[in-house]
Amino acid sequence: MTGIHETSDRRWVSAARSNRVRSLWFAGLIVVLALLLALSVTIGTRNVDWSDISAALGGMQDTIGQAAIALRIPRTVLALLAGASLGLAGAIMQGVTRNPLADPGILGVNMGASLAVVTGVAWFGMSSAHAYIWTAIAGAGCTAVFVYTIGSLGRGGATPLKLALAGAATSIALASLAIAVVLPRGDIAGGIQSWQIGGVGGATYGRIVPVMPFLAAGFAISLLSARKLNSLALGDELAAGLGERVAVARAIASLGAILLCGATTAVCGPISFLGLVVPHLCRTLIGVDYRWLLPFSAVGGAGLLLGADILGRIVARPGEIDVGIVTALIGAPFFIWIVRRQRVREL
Amino acid sequence: MTELAPTVDLIINSRRRRAGRHAVLLALLIAVVLALFGITLSVGQSFTPPVEVIRVLIGQDLPGTSFTVAQLRLPRAVLSILAGMCFGLGGVAFQVMLRNPLASPDIIGITSGAGAAAVFAIVVLSMTGPMVSILAVAAGLCVAVLVYGLSFRNGIAGTRLILVGIGMSAMLQSVIAYILSSAPAWSLQEAMRWLTGSVNGAQLSQALPLFLALVLFGGLLLSRTRDLEALQLGDDTAAALGVRVATTRMLIIVCAVGMIATATAVTGPIAFVAFLAGPIAARIVRGNGSLLLPSALVGAILVLAGDYVGQLLLPSRYPVGVVTGALGAPYLIFLIVRVNRTGGSL
Amino acid sequence: MTTHSFAANRLSAGYDDREILQDLDLTISPGKITVIVGANACGKSTLLRTMSRLIFPRQGQVLLDGKSIHQTPSRKLARTLGLLPQSPVAPEGITVADLVSRGRHPHQSLFSRWTRQDDEAVDSALAATKTFDLAERPVDELSGGQRQRVWIAMALAQQTDILLLDEPTTFLDINHQIEVLDLLTDLNRARGTTVVMVLHDLNLAARYADYLVAMTEGRVHAFGTPEDVLTEDMVRQVFGLESRIITDPISARPIMLPIGRHRMASNETAHVTEKEEKRL
Repeated sequence: MTGIHETSDRRWVSAARSNRVRSLWFAGLIVVLALLLALSVTIGTRNVDWSDISAALGGMQDTIGQAAIALRIPRTVLALLAGASLGLAGAIMQGVTRNPLADPGILGVNMGASLAVVTGVAWFGMSSAHAYIWTAIAGAGCTAVFVYTIGSLGRGGATPLKLALAGAATSIALASLAIAVVLPRGDIAGGIQSWQIGGVGGATYGRIVPVMPFLAAGFAISLLSARKLNSLALGDELAAGLGERVAVARAIASLGAILLCGATTAVCGPISFLGLVVPHLCRTLIGVDYRWLLPFSAVGGAGLLLGADILGRIVARPGEIDVGIVTALIGAPFFIWIVRRQRVREL
Repeated sequence: MTELAPTVDLIINSRRRRAGRHAVLLALLIAVVLALFGITLSVGQSFTPPVEVIRVLIGQDLPGTSFTVAQLRLPRAVLSILAGMCFGLGGVAFQVMLRNPLASPDIIGITSGAGAAAVFAIVVLSMTGPMVSILAVAAGLCVAVLVYGLSFRNGIAGTRLILVGIGMSAMLQSVIAYILSSAPAWSLQEAMRWLTGSVNGAQLSQALPLFLALVLFGGLLLSRTRDLEALQLGDDTAAALGVRVATTRMLIIVCAVGMIATATAVTGPIAFVAFLAGPIAARIVRGNGSLLLPSALVGAILVLAGDYVGQLLLPSRYPVGVVTGALGAPYLIFLIVRVNRTGGSL
Repeated sequence: MTTHSFAANRLSAGYDDREILQDLDLTISPGKITVIVGANACGKSTLLRTMSRLIFPRQGQVLLDGKSIHQTPSRKLARTLGLLPQSPVAPEGITVADLVSRGRHPHQSLFSRWTRQDDEAVDSALAATKTFDLAERPVDELSGGQRQRVWIAMALAQQTDILLLDEPTTFLDINHQIEVLDLLTDLNRARGTTVVMVLHDLNLAARYADYLVAMTEGRVHAFGTPEDVLTEDMVRQVFGLESRIITDPISARPIMLPIGRHRMASNETAHVTEKEEKRL
């Protein structure tokens, strides 16, 4: 019976090493994030120097350089928050649906939030930030439930293909409906673009602050769902056998994701593929334990979105490319790469 | 052997009945198309009596009426029919080949590719006319080849194809959005055309490329009807029946893309027509023969009716793409629910 | 029915980067029923699919009448070689008669119309599988056994001399399994069709086969009559299972009785423990 002790010792050792590795990776990610934060503040259409930066960070806005930076700081903050939210939401969606291809954009959730806000503005004259946020969350929630329900009918439950198709079809439908709502309203039609493609440009603290409580709630609920997601990953039957209340677990985790998606879309518009790419990358670094994966996805998402925004500002000087477009252009090939790697059965 | 003869006759009769029903349904669909065509030409903002419509069509010049009918309504109607047929035929070809009604060219990036090329040509390169169509077809084919190639791993798995297509479509949609947004002088109308499709401002000259595409690609596709029917049974079974699966697939894709891209270059990606024409035709035809021609006709009906509704029957004037997109959504959802529940195919 | 020679010659084939069949040789006896058995992932399906031209071999050839099947035009091949794959797909709402008539595809070209010969082929296929009464019904509404008979009818309408079937009895109830296997035997006897099929159940295989092919790890482990192939040694080597082979009183063919660790009549126990000890 000595054999068994040896194996368990070895397993303990490897787990500890693994945790150490993960902590190292986490620290590394934080460092990268800090670098990106710095870059985001310094890079832009106008070049600035160090004195301006330190002054602006202190709150002064006297010179043009400082003013430029003062604009970039909230933008950076928003990118940080949005990226963290979307990365986290994506990881949760992949856990809840056990689907490596789940993402708020692909599943149409972002489009649903958009449509809800657009409808609110066009038909109900909504204008307060809180109204935007609640409407977006409601839209995100309804769409998520809808797409999941449709995608899980029939044989095999919610397979990646069925969910992706349900999401794609729903997205098209919602996009058309959004246009239908906006078209007669010449006054808001100019803003249509911001509801089809998301971005963090023009961010102000006035827009960020109202959304913070929702994001905080979303983060809290999501991070606390890590254990539940680990059980769900085993499959519904096994999870129930282990004592997990499957439906409740799913609902709670989804709630976290929806809060995050809805609130983010209310401020930024729909940004796709971040929630898809980030969890996959994190998984290659630290494995499939959601207790690690969720925080990693948050930090990774923040970094990736910051990076995408910086890229958008550099590549198209003096203009800029909205971050929603950058993530789509980078994320879609990644999505395709993931699909190629998986073994899929013939339809 | 005398016992065998009567049962063979039963088989022959049942087959003939099926063919007969198919012919009747086709005739019915053609009649609907013609009726809608007629209505579109005579009933608009003003009512033009059918007699006058006919007189204009044969070439007589009636001041006022000629303009309305020949310059405004006729190009719209003709374009609607041709584009509708292209979308319907292209869409159903993909859906049958991939054995999934949800695997439509709208979804797997073909339409987005053609649209992106067209937008690029018009906004960035300031091109007009047939060059735009050619570019769109080329782009559509490139996307099809890319999607096909990227999903190839020791054979094509339909699932992988669709997923790769979804990714490609998302990428191209963002390209379209970017190009449109970076052209601030762009009118909303034009943006609508490229986002959801419209036949506003149609001209008869645009009908020629559509007609050519329909005849060339559509004809080629129709010649492969039997192979397509065999593909419905699964790649393995089709191969066992002697179909060269890879070659046939490629041919079908080229034809379907050719038609859809040409139509997209003219009208923009009219939402959902390619998606819905096939399933609607399937419900009408119900196992009585090939789906190809009925889908083409259903496509024409959808675009004709959609444009009519959008221009005259709604509180505001909407391009046809918004109508088909918004009104098509409930049917689409019904379809997905049904497909998922029964695990069926076209 | 013309007699064809059908053989695999030094065949190596697989998927992606995995090589499943290794340098395999197999000759199919014309006019007989050959059944391929083996453990999961031994390459049975791969072999069948390579011999039906669905997979391109890395090395070696499949020869039909001495000519490589990969150099025969597909339509011509489909008139001689028929395949019933593992999961055939029936389009929604298709009737039995319509599905069976699809089997005539290799006999029809672009411009050919439906001939009387086609109708007769469909008719006799329906009669042989006793599915004539189901002709107008949608395939989705049929039971598993009925559906399988309909698929066999479609393969029959193809009027091929050789019929390959990939696990035609999996997922069927036992009565339907027997139904299908009896039907295939009828076909073999009445028309002289060469039948090659992959079966999961060793005992059904031994009962219905004229020749048995036991495969392991991409190679042919044993080939011959069921009496020759179904031995305790073969079962041990191919399936890793202890067993006893006796003669089935119903069919006078060998039947395999598996031996596990429990549920043994007492005088067997000592016998087994010795064998287990030897293995440890």
